[in-house]
Amino acid sequence: MIDERFDAIVVGAGMAGNAAALTLAQRGLKVLQLERGEYSGSKNVQGAILYADMLEKLVPDFRDDAPLERHLVEQRFWMMDDNSHTGLHYRSDEFNEERPNRYTIIRAQFDKWFSKKVQEAGAVVLCETTVLELLQDAYGKVIGVRTDRNSGKIGADVVVLAEGVSGLLGTRAGLRKMPDKNNVALAVKEMHFLPQETLEARFNLRGDEGAVIEAVGTISQGMTGMGFIYTNKESISLGIGCLVADFEKTGQTPYGLLEKFKQHPSVAALIAGSEVKEYAAHLIPEGGFKAIPQLYGDGWVVVGDAAQLNNAVHREGSNLAMTSGRLAAEAIFQIKSRRDPMTKKNLALYKKMLDESFVMKDLKKYRDMPDLLHIQAQNFFLTYPQLVSKAMTNFLRVDGTPKREKEKATFRSFLTARSPMGLVGDAVRLARAWR
Amino acid sequence: MSAEAAVRVEDKLYLNRYLVDSGRAHIKVRPHAKPSAALLSLLKLCPAHCYEMNSAGQVEIATDGCIECGTCRIVAEPSGDIEWNYPRGGYGVLFKFG
Ligand SMILES: Cc1cc2nc3c(=O)[nH]c(=O)nc-3n(C[C@H](O)[C@H](O)[C@H](O)COP(=O)(O)OP(=O)(O)OC[C@H]3O[C@@H](n4cnc5c(N)ncnc54)[C@H](O)[C@@H]3O)c2cc1C
Ligand code: SF4
Repeated sequence: MIDERFDAIVVGAGMAGNAAALTLAQRGLKVLQLERGEYSGSKNVQGAILYADMLEKLVPDFRDDAPLERHLVEQRFWMMDDNSHTGLHYRSDEFNEERPNRYTIIRAQFDKWFSKKVQEAGAVVLCETTVLELLQDAYGKVIGVRTDRNSGKIGADVVVLAEGVSGLLGTRAGLRKMPDKNNVALAVKEMHFLPQETLEARFNLRGDEGAVIEAVGTISQGMTGMGFIYTNKESISLGIGCLVADFEKTGQTPYGLLEKFKQHPSVAALIAGSEVKEYAAHLIPEGGFKAIPQLYGDGWVVVGDAAQLNNAVHREGSNLAMTSGRLAAEAIFQIKSRRDPMTKKNLALYKKMLDESFVMKDLKKYRDMPDLLHIQAQNFFLTYPQLVSKAMTNFLRVDGTPKREKEKATFRSFLTARSPMGLVGDAVRLARAWR
Repeated sequence: MSAEAAVRVEDKLYLNRYLVDSGRAHIKVRPHAKPSAALLSLLKLCPAHCYEMNSAGQVEIATDGCIECGTCRIVAEPSGDIEWNYPRGGYGVLFKFG
């Protein structure tokens, strides 16, 4: 027996679920959103950089009251070996614009705010409720959900699966496969608190300006992975993530890696004296375009990380989640307005809209990157950063060696580490995958 | 001493807030005589160090410190080595920052 009925049920109150529930409620649909956490955000982990454009499409005046930490004026990219880093910095005063393009956020706080918008738009939001199972009719059409609340079964014309990368429901119902350990990264993260002035002095920031650092190199011990350091108002989000399969192969522990990253001289100076207030971990879908599962079916759609919509090359996920959630909701609204049923055929509209958006276009552009980076991990994440460090130290040390000899030595070190064919091959492969 | 030996995950977990659902472990290890390779890998893979080897050489789990990352599910659910679920609504880890 189904106890109650809604036009749509949204499972999950993360970036994708909130975007979907908000859009559906704004269009006047009767929406129920279910979240297992104590509140929206209490289970969620992110770096976290927020991209304004995708949020603006949902909450145009979000800057008025959203809990934003800093707007980004500087991006650093570090190639690290054990004692040094070679950095690329890009800083521009143009990012000090009236409506900044990127911000850092703290997910637990941001999601709570986002969820308030969803509730104000009229959706029924039930937290502390884990959805246990999708209800399907004899033909396999999804007709509702069963939760761990006493009330039990709830019906809906369509269920939006915004359950995140570890989503159980879609995989258990056989709608998609579980992510492969070769295609997901495990990231561990700490929150380091520092007095605001100290933080601003260390990162060369004024007011609400923020800087972020992405780092590759020996810190990942030859695994496909990256470290990150993001500045918040009075804290630093610091973490590192590598492919699960790589962790398994190398036997490195995630916390061991995090500790070494923190102890690196370039990092230690930035966090010296900080107070750590939280330790978290989360998976990131990294399979890209080729790992995207079936996105819709009779009575259901899947959005965000659950659908592997994550651009690992650019460290973008929340914006793809928000966009897919919004587009799924718009498709549902259109179908509903025509009084058509939520069949697989009709819900294909969501996929069509997604294909036309930056989400699929970007993921398609980088479809070969995961294979390249995952298979060539040693070269891209260990050998090259080490070589660059060697070249830099060689270049900068003034020791009476003629410059020409130094250049030769650097060139030779690249050739010995990686044959000429290897070097050319890597360059070509990278260029192709980047295309 | 390596950096790994120096870090005690337990100290990190003390920083976190949890609402433990006592007596209802959300992850269970299938009883086994000799652990599979997948189970053994969890001893190191789990970022909260929830998996441990007991004196009989079997892999055990204590879910109290679990940060619900889902890694062990990806690695050991397909082979049936573990049974993985989310904690009941509201229980488990509660991130203040995330
Ligand atoms: C360390 C790290 C750094 C990142 N950095 C960035 C970044 O800087 N910028 C960026 O754009 N992206 C970043 N990402 C990616 C980004 O966090 C994700 O892409 C995004 O959160 C996906 O949103 P989602 O709504 O699909 O999933 P989630 O945000 O994970 O939300 C899923 C929600 O569903 C709930 N849920 C799941 N199952 C159930 C159930 N059965 N019943 C009830 N509720 C359920 C969960 O509790 C959760 O609230 C990062 C990710 C990580 C892990
Ligand atoms: S979900 Fe993550 S933290 Fe919890 S036991 Fe599994 S690996 Fe450990």
